[in-house]
Amino acid sequence: MPVITVNGTISQAIAEEMRRDPSVLMFGEGVATKRRELVAEFGAARVRNTPLAEGIIAGTAVGAAASGLRPIVDLLFAPFLCFAMDEIVNSAGKLRYMSGGQFKFPLVVLAMSGAGWTVGAQHNHNVEAWFVHSPGLKVVMPSSAADFKGLLKAAIRDDNPVLFFMDLALGYQSGEVPAAEHLVPLGRAATLRAGRDVTLVSYAKTVHYCVAAADTLAGQGISAEVIDLRSLKPLDEAAILASVRRTGRVVVVHEASRLCGVGAEVAALVAEHAFDALQAPVRRLTGPDTPAPSSWPLEQAFVPQADAIVAAARELVGARAYA
Amino acid sequence: MQHSEQAPSPLALLETMMLIRAYEEALVGIAAGGSAPGTCTSVGQEAAAAGVVRALTPRDRILTNHRSAGHLLARGADPGRMIAEVLGKRTGYCKGKSGSLHISAAELGVVLTSTIVGGELSLAPGVALARTMTPGDDGIVAAFFGDGAACEGVFHESLNLAVVWKLPILYVCENNEWQAFVHRRETMPMAHVRDWAAAHGLVAETVDGNDAEAVHAAAARLAARIRATGEPAFLETLTYRTRGHYEPDDQFYVDPAELAAWQARDPIELLANRLRADGRLDDARLAQIRARVRALIDEAVAFANASPYPDTAELFTDVYA
Repeated sequence: MPVITVNGTISQAIAEEMRRDPSVLMFGEGVATKRRELVAEFGAARVRNTPLAEGIIAGTAVGAAASGLRPIVDLLFAPFLCFAMDEIVNSAGKLRYMSGGQFKFPLVVLAMSGAGWTVGAQHNHNVEAWFVHSPGLKVVMPSSAADFKGLLKAAIRDDNPVLFFMDLALGYQSGEVPAAEHLVPLGRAATLRAGRDVTLVSYAKTVHYCVAAADTLAGQGISAEVIDLRSLKPLDEAAILASVRRTGRVVVVHEASRLCGVGAEVAALVAEHAFDALQAPVRRLTGPDTPAPSSWPLEQAFVPQADAIVAAARELVGARAYA
Repeated sequence: MQHSEQAPSPLALLETMMLIRAYEEALVGIAAGGSAPGTCTSVGQEAAAAGVVRALTPRDRILTNHRSAGHLLARGADPGRMIAEVLGKRTGYCKGKSGSLHISAAELGVVLTSTIVGGELSLAPGVALARTMTPGDDGIVAAFFGDGAACEGVFHESLNLAVVWKLPILYVCENNEWQAFVHRRETMPMAHVRDWAAAHGLVAETVDGNDAEAVHAAAARLAARIRATGEPAFLETLTYRTRGHYEPDDQFYVDPAELAAWQARDPIELLANRLRADGRLDDARLAQIRARVRALIDEAVAFANASPYPDTAELFTDVYA
């Protein structure tokens, strides 16, 4: 299988879908400047620069999606989505329902976030849970090159608005990507390691820390299962519950802050539907409730690391089983 | 109703305005009884809806806002399905999921109605972009908004993008002097939104927004220009919101002299008097139109009242495509 960077797979996915479907177009600040190969192949009408105005970029995508096009918009950094909330939340997420199903909104919003570039809190803020909490939207945040490609292609083909969050620390990481047509369905988690003793649930860059933790734990005689959620909405509840029923213990790990985050939903899901299987309390390892700092050591301290995941898993496995 | 690029007869404009007035008066009555929440009327502004919408073709698209009844009715919407929607009934245009504030009717080309002030401005460029990318489609997009929306940042973003991308949009600003409960003079340094539009490079005109014939002529001229050039244009209809922001609203904050001056230029009276003066309308004809409109609204109210509410299973439908 070819080995490609995450950024490379994103470009591949967009080009393949634009080739396949003439209604796919892409615009945003710097899109035509940076993606000259797309302009060359598909023309200036389908690959456009925009003013630096996130509200109208998103609104234009919503209007175009309702009118037969399949726009992909690049809003750059996730905190910039604050300028596009009305268009994404009130229009893309609600107008299908509010119109009694008269419109559909096949559009993809790309946004980057996460520690790794020391860009500070107005460029680095993992806001994905905001959109999970809003009706009518889908939210994905992949961790591997193959999933970036397969999920982006599926998102472009989806008839609903999809928030496609890209962990910016992963852009230059490489991975094996199938050479043939590769689609990953939205709403399906991946089990990256099978295990018996504890389930590590995560998404985006902290998936890699969970895999590293599982390797360490294996050396210590603890068998950890690693689940990469990939999609946050729809959430693969069945995969989470099936794993926890096997292992009886779960650690949820993400970089976004804890309060009302995806981890809270996973913990509540497990408590509601697999309480009888739990042998220890659910643990959450998350970013703190602070703006993301710029300084490298502070930024790294912000993110749950592999050693913390190992410690949490060991604690749970060592805990006395419930009577 | 007929849509045509030919000038509609003045009597048709008059009847459209009378229909809008009768519809909204019926809703005011229903709202007073407590069962039509969120009703925002356009009483006093009917000339903009009648004049502009009747200057469009069936291929054109309309985006509107919370004060949308006039635009829908002028486009030929069924008042029965509209009132049913306001009352939350299954037979409404949006199956009762919209209510009065955001009725869309895709079958009439009235799309993506948003009650977020400026929402329609954010969506119009995308609708217009899709039309430019569809071979053989010469439809234009009419986006209705008020002076309040012009104070939103997205107004400027929308006009700027439409100019830069050459999008076929007719921006129609119904400057009714009120932004919810604040007078326009408190929020803008000048009286006309046109100045902002012109600064963005659009061909921008103001028109007496209470003169349906003048509005129609201006809208037809600008629509033809948009069709010929592909470039956006801006029309400001100078008018006045003669009722409150929503129903009920006792308008304690309104200057009675200002209100009376505008009520003396009521768009329906204005056109009816003109037609009467030059012999195109007499009392018998007027009574005939009034009776026709009354019957239509009575029938609409009866239809809406008799319509069932949605099944509660509808709560979960139409979320995703």
